[in-house]
Amino acid sequence: MSKADTAGGPQPARPPSPQYLDWLRRERRDRTMVRVSQLGLLVVFLVLWEALPRLGLINPLFTSTPSTIWPTFLELLKTTPQQASILVHTWATVFATVVGFTAAMVLGIAIAAALWWWANLYRVLDPYLVVLNAMPKTAFVPIFYIWLGATFSIYGMSLAISLFITVLMIYSGFQGIDPNKIKLAQTFGASKWQVLTKVVLPGSVPTLIAALKVNAGLSLVGVIVGEFQSATLGLGYLIQYGSQIFKMNIVMTSITILAIVSSLMYLAIYWLEIVVMRRR
Amino acid sequence: MAGSEAAAPKVELRGVGLRYFGREGETEALQDISLSVAPGEFIAIIGQSGCGKSTLLSLISGILKPTEGQVLVDGQPVTGPTRKVGYMLQQDYLFEWRTILENAVIGAEIQGADMAKARERATQLLTRYGLGQFLHHLPRQLSGGMRQRVALARTLCTEPDVVLLDEPFSALDSQTRIALADEITEILRREGKTAILVTHDIGEAVSMTERVVVLSRRPGRVKSQHAIRYAANGGRPAPFAARNAPEFNGYFNTLWKELEVHVEG
Repeated sequence: MSKADTAGGPQPARPPSPQYLDWLRRERRDRTMVRVSQLGLLVVFLVLWEALPRLGLINPLFTSTPSTIWPTFLELLKTTPQQASILVHTWATVFATVVGFTAAMVLGIAIAAALWWWANLYRVLDPYLVVLNAMPKTAFVPIFYIWLGATFSIYGMSLAISLFITVLMIYSGFQGIDPNKIKLAQTFGASKWQVLTKVVLPGSVPTLIAALKVNAGLSLVGVIVGEFQSATLGLGYLIQYGSQIFKMNIVMTSITILAIVSSLMYLAIYWLEIVVMRRR
Repeated sequence: MAGSEAAAPKVELRGVGLRYFGREGETEALQDISLSVAPGEFIAIIGQSGCGKSTLLSLISGILKPTEGQVLVDGQPVTGPTRKVGYMLQQDYLFEWRTILENAVIGAEIQGADMAKARERATQLLTRYGLGQFLHHLPRQLSGGMRQRVALARTLCTEPDVVLLDEPFSALDSQTRIALADEITEILRREGKTAILVTHDIGEAVSMTERVVVLSRRPGRVKSQHAIRYAANGGRPAPFAARNAPEFNGYFNTLWKELEVHVEG
């Protein structure tokens, strides 16, 4: 019962030993090192990106430069192709991505639950799921455009890219639930529905978050690819447009915004994970 | 044979057999098991690993259905899990996403019982087992022995008449298991439960229970039954005391021979 014992009364106050202080110092130094290195990498990248075109080592027409991104951004705030501010383009992309991964999550859980419920259904569908997941979904972009129209082909591509991997991940999470936990629920006479809602689903929360991490990123890929083909709005459209008229400033600014959007999405999921996993 | 047939049996097995089916063929796990347990009796079932001891408990709990024969509780054939039977598994299998109290009431929750009452009873049980200050802790914050006491509270919270114990101490260190054996035996006796303990630990069986049933190797059959009687404490000393009673070694040696323990080597 050691855990409870140590969790019990407070330890008698003792000054920390010199070795411990030394260890703390080294810990702090390591942490600072990592942060500084992370920042350093970004700085080196930006400096190279700025310096190489200026020194004439690469053609600025091809790469643009970081220093032009902010002015380009300000310019695009006022007017862009299709007369919408770049914020409207960004919002269109973010909205479609949220639609995409939300749909992938909801459908993914529902399909995985169905596969768990009917083992034979899984046995039938397993090869198809694996093949569908391995298929390059981007091959369907033109077809989706014809089938679903401008807006829904983007949602469709976002869903198509992220759905199958989500189903496979969540299903394997369901399979990974300790069968003895299910047996325990059954000793109390739990129905299959109760096993699903009281054991399998709550036990799979870490898997659900892992799936969310994967499919949020993939949904964004699907949206951008979909926008290449069909949109008159969105960052994917801006990238396509900018490269067609050889304005790398527009392309690079859009890509920079995409990088920021990805980071914010990552942060949001990271915080969700902390909040949810606090209960474990 | 123990003289337990006088009262109507609480649990009765009549010619029970169980076969598992697989693509390679069928495996006979249990064969023609007949056994009856009187109300309030505490028996042990021992046998080597793989002899179908745990399967027998799954049959009594109604999770598995026998391929032959009948399982009766209170004279009624068992068709599925009932509230009369509580089952304590080899490990605690507490749900790590639920607090201790939420874990203890899961049975009531599944059975759709009155949750306010269940919470009250679970709190009472947990407090009695020395876990009163951990009600809202998560399982990972508890030690193995404490977790297994939560599992006991979870089993008893639904107020079963019959308690099945499937090597409930196997995951614990030896000191904790002996201490917990005392506690659990005392609790089960005080509450007048009918209990069936499955174990491969002869000492545990002899010290805790009133009758030991020996199963043969696969397919499991009832090989012999031994009534365990102690002179001390009206025949019911606590398990720890029983281990020091003069009768203990005799029973232990008899059962040791019965089990035909061979160490391959």
